[in-house]
Amino acid sequence: MTSPNEAFVAFEHVQKSYDGVSLVVKDLNLAIGKGEFLTMLGPSGSGKTTTLMMLAGFETATHGEIKLDGVNINLVPPHKRGIGMVFQNYALFPHMTVGENLSFPLEVRGMGKSEREAKIKRALDMVQMGAFANRRPAQLSGGQQQRIALARALVFDPKLVLMDEPLGALDKQLREHMQFEIKHLHESLGITVVYVTHDQGEALTMSDRVAVFNDGRIQQLAPPSDLYERPENSFVAGFIGENNKLQGTVEEIGQGTCTVRLATGEVIDATPVNVTQKGQKTLVSIRPERVEYKPELFPAGAHSIDAEVLEFIYMGDMFRTRLRVAGSEDFVIKSRNTQGQRMLRPGEKIKVGWHPQDARALDP
Amino acid sequence: MKKLLILTTALSTFAFAAQADVTVMSWGGAYGAAQTEGHLKPFTAETGIGTVMVDSDNPATPIKAMVEAGNVTVDVASVEYADAIRLCDEGVLETIDMAALPPGDDGTPAAEDFIAGAVTDCGVSTDVWATVFAYDTTKFPEGPKTAADFFDLAKFPGKRGLHKGAKAVLEFALMADGVAPADVYTVLGTPEGVDRAFAKLDTIKKDVVWWEAGSQAPQLLADGEVAMTSAYNGRIFNAAIAEGKPFQIVWDAQIYENEMYVVPKGAPNKDQAMQFIAYATSTKGLRQQAQHISYGPSRHSSLKEPLIFQDGKTEMGPHMPTAPANMANALGSDFQFWVDHDAELNDRFNAWLAAN
Amino acid sequence: MADVSQAPLQTADGRPLKAALAKAQARAKRRAFLLVLPLLAFVLLTFVLPILQMLQRSFYHDGFSANAPATVAWLEEHPQGSEIDETAYAALVSDLAAMQKAKTAGAAGTRINYTYPGTISIFKEAAREAAKLQPPYKAALVALDKKWEDPLLWVTFRHAASPWTTDFYMVSMDLRRSTDDGLQRAEPEMRIHLQLFVKTFGLSALITGLCLLLAFPIAHLLAILPMRKSNLLMILVLLPFWTSLLVRTSSWIALGQESGIVNDILVGIGIVADDNRIQMMYNKYGTILVMTHVLLPFMVLPLYSVMRVIPPSYARAARSLGATSWTTFRRIYLPQTLPGIAAGSLLVFILAVGYYITPALVGGADGTLISNLISFHMAKANWSQAAALAAMLLVLVLILYWLYDRLIGIDRLKLG
Repeated sequence: MTSPNEAFVAFEHVQKSYDGVSLVVKDLNLAIGKGEFLTMLGPSGSGKTTTLMMLAGFETATHGEIKLDGVNINLVPPHKRGIGMVFQNYALFPHMTVGENLSFPLEVRGMGKSEREAKIKRALDMVQMGAFANRRPAQLSGGQQQRIALARALVFDPKLVLMDEPLGALDKQLREHMQFEIKHLHESLGITVVYVTHDQGEALTMSDRVAVFNDGRIQQLAPPSDLYERPENSFVAGFIGENNKLQGTVEEIGQGTCTVRLATGEVIDATPVNVTQKGQKTLVSIRPERVEYKPELFPAGAHSIDAEVLEFIYMGDMFRTRLRVAGSEDFVIKSRNTQGQRMLRPGEKIKVGWHPQDARALDP
Repeated sequence: MKKLLILTTALSTFAFAAQADVTVMSWGGAYGAAQTEGHLKPFTAETGIGTVMVDSDNPATPIKAMVEAGNVTVDVASVEYADAIRLCDEGVLETIDMAALPPGDDGTPAAEDFIAGAVTDCGVSTDVWATVFAYDTTKFPEGPKTAADFFDLAKFPGKRGLHKGAKAVLEFALMADGVAPADVYTVLGTPEGVDRAFAKLDTIKKDVVWWEAGSQAPQLLADGEVAMTSAYNGRIFNAAIAEGKPFQIVWDAQIYENEMYVVPKGAPNKDQAMQFIAYATSTKGLRQQAQHISYGPSRHSSLKEPLIFQDGKTEMGPHMPTAPANMANALGSDFQFWVDHDAELNDRFNAWLAAN
Repeated sequence: MADVSQAPLQTADGRPLKAALAKAQARAKRRAFLLVLPLLAFVLLTFVLPILQMLQRSFYHDGFSANAPATVAWLEEHPQGSEIDETAYAALVSDLAAMQKAKTAGAAGTRINYTYPGTISIFKEAAREAAKLQPPYKAALVALDKKWEDPLLWVTFRHAASPWTTDFYMVSMDLRRSTDDGLQRAEPEMRIHLQLFVKTFGLSALITGLCLLLAFPIAHLLAILPMRKSNLLMILVLLPFWTSLLVRTSSWIALGQESGIVNDILVGIGIVADDNRIQMMYNKYGTILVMTHVLLPFMVLPLYSVMRVIPPSYARAARSLGATSWTTFRRIYLPQTLPGIAAGSLLVFILAVGYYITPALVGGADGTLISNLISFHMAKANWSQAAALAAMLLVLVLILYWLYDRLIGIDRLKLG
């Protein structure tokens, strides 16, 4: 999307090891464009927070270069990087009022009093906390502290803001509300945001692009929709959203399609992603909502396979049905609760099928 | 049940025995050891009465506190002469009956056998000891000879050890300043005399290491912390003769006095305590102590035969304060002076010490 | 709501709610009280009572009042300013004679000697002679010693006539009475207490400062190291705690004295000349050095307990906001350690002010503190003087504590 030359933030062949034995970050290459909202998503220990800390300057890269606005910042201390940061537990200074917390980054930059006050007021108004300047952090609720932390990270007009799981401590409703606000601030201020989370929902709703981390590597870097619909490997497919997995061997491979013979003998259609030739082992991944069970909706010429209903769950807006398919007992389909939608009964024998482009043949 | 009975009987017997032990409080170190060897052990061997030795920096202090608090745990204490008089005046001590003291081995009645002043209303002398000064012969092959040399930092460079307290220090300073022993207390009785003593001390004040317990003095000398120090003569004798330290005593301006056994009022085992004192201050008892430390026995009869140190060869006579050669320029400590002036001069001494 | 304000609430059976509540809670309260009773009794017996007793001692001495009844009676009949006539001396002589019999001349003289130094001897002398004295008694006594006609002596008697007295506080402040019953400063060569108080507080403040300087980095290291390493280091900090104070002080003497290990090494590597060894024991430097070491754990522990719970993210936040490491330390880290600094300083200072053994062993002449003088008075059985000095020390420390509460707030104290 953005080439390293014009990238605002660039990681080039970055490696990080804490103990000199194993690598926490393995050959990281990442380019982040100006104004972009990039999320690093991954399970704990995947290297995403380490990457963020290297960018902030609290960890040094063992190898490789980190560039900010075209300049190598490997040796620039954190306070000279001019990067705003929001911490997991907010890290508001407990011995200062809200106003003093916001004033701090301005004071250390030697800003005059009147200018400081104007900026503090603007930043607090931005997060609707204008009335709280004289409170201490301990007197605020979690959500309010979160807003102040955000305001503090933004008050000195950084070009880049890093957020390390900033919403992790909030309850679900507040979290969703804050997601929206952060996204809104990002858009209105035009800043670049690098956001770290292990919550895929958060990543998908807020980001321009998501970098999925696992085992010290970026598994896939893509916009949310691509990530969901076109996972490039079985880790991403498994990590993002729900999906059905079928083991098999490539039977035939053609231009953009292939057929896969499952272990139980059935043949299905799929789109080859990580397979290139006949006889390769593969894992076919299909989203539950893309599986069809009404024969009239099966695409022409595509294979369909037998299934037996094991369980039917009524979820209000959705029906969730668990099937036995090709020996697997946790094949799930989701269907919308539309007018006249049929409720399947356990024990019922049906056939299921799908568009070949919805079934992705990935690495086994 | 029977077992229990035996146990309780044993325990009560033990408690009784422990209670009947005569507790003697003395100054620790070589002196305490000499009393343990010369008095406590043979007394127990002879009478079967148990004895316990406890140490103190100055037994006069704790026994007064004990008597005032009504919790006396000591039966016999070894105190300085002036303290024996003062404590007796203050009613802290039991009186001692001179008639109960045994005659000398040669039959001389106790009253005549003891040297003058050795028995008072409340105390019996065990020995005559002296505050002297001593130096390390390896440091000064041509050692100091007089008290004035002690104050001569130019001729004999190095730190000086002195006892932290007014008594004996002020007299020593005056003698070093040229006051004859006979005039020391007259001079010290006047404000000018006191000023003179402190002025003399001022000349070495910054080079003095102050010691408090008697055993510290030979230790400071042995550690090389001081080049010369005031000390109780017996402590130096023991370090030099028994331990082979290169220490030399200077007898000039020695200040001698009697050391007294006293019984604090309300002592738990008063009768045994009196029995102990009679034994310890007999001709034999005094000789036994004098064989362990070079303090002069206070009975004439104890000196009839030459005393030999426990090493079997050193004759004690010349090492005692009372030896004629050592008495050339000696001062007998004036107990009356110290009974009267102790508080005042020590207050002044403390203030002087604390002033920079 | 209106009903409530008019009539007190009642329980279902019509009793006032308050009474019912009190009754219901009485049992629980009684049980709680019984549980704390042992501790209460213990504190009362071992702490409050001795302090009260000490305070009483500092105001009480009956050495003269109990042993000179006739003189006391005369003083009561004749107000301040009356001429000291023959009847007064007659009363005195009769008292002296009684004292000689009861062996109390020393006790009475000692009491007078405390506030009029140099008078104990005239008491003893006069008591010995009392039975033989003939009227006129004034002339007879003055013949024994001129001091008997000193008006100051009678002023002193008047103040000693009651066992309750503030004389010991007067002495503690280096004051003495003048002939006209006023107060004047003691002679320069007898002044010691105020100077010693100042020195004690000064040295204690210095020691507290040194402890803080040394303990801060140690506590910080302990707080940021991984648990396993910090535990090891903690043991090193606490080890001296488990060693006898006497052993530690003696070890310091072995290390620091002129012929000690430190000086030997310095001479060995040529930094110090052999005839010019550093004297760091038996003076105030010895006191400062050893007390700083001995009291260090009392500073480290509160600091550590505060620092351990300061998350590293504050420092990171400050750095990311543009602060240098020094600014981060000064404005973010240091203020958050204040409760620990305050607690440690208060603890070390109060301990230092009352320290006794260490200055006694290594303090020499100029490194001794007020507690050593208190101990001296106790050794000389002058309990009242010792108690007065101790009470003054207690009051000064309480004032400091109060100041501390005003300035920092006692609720912010964090001991660990």
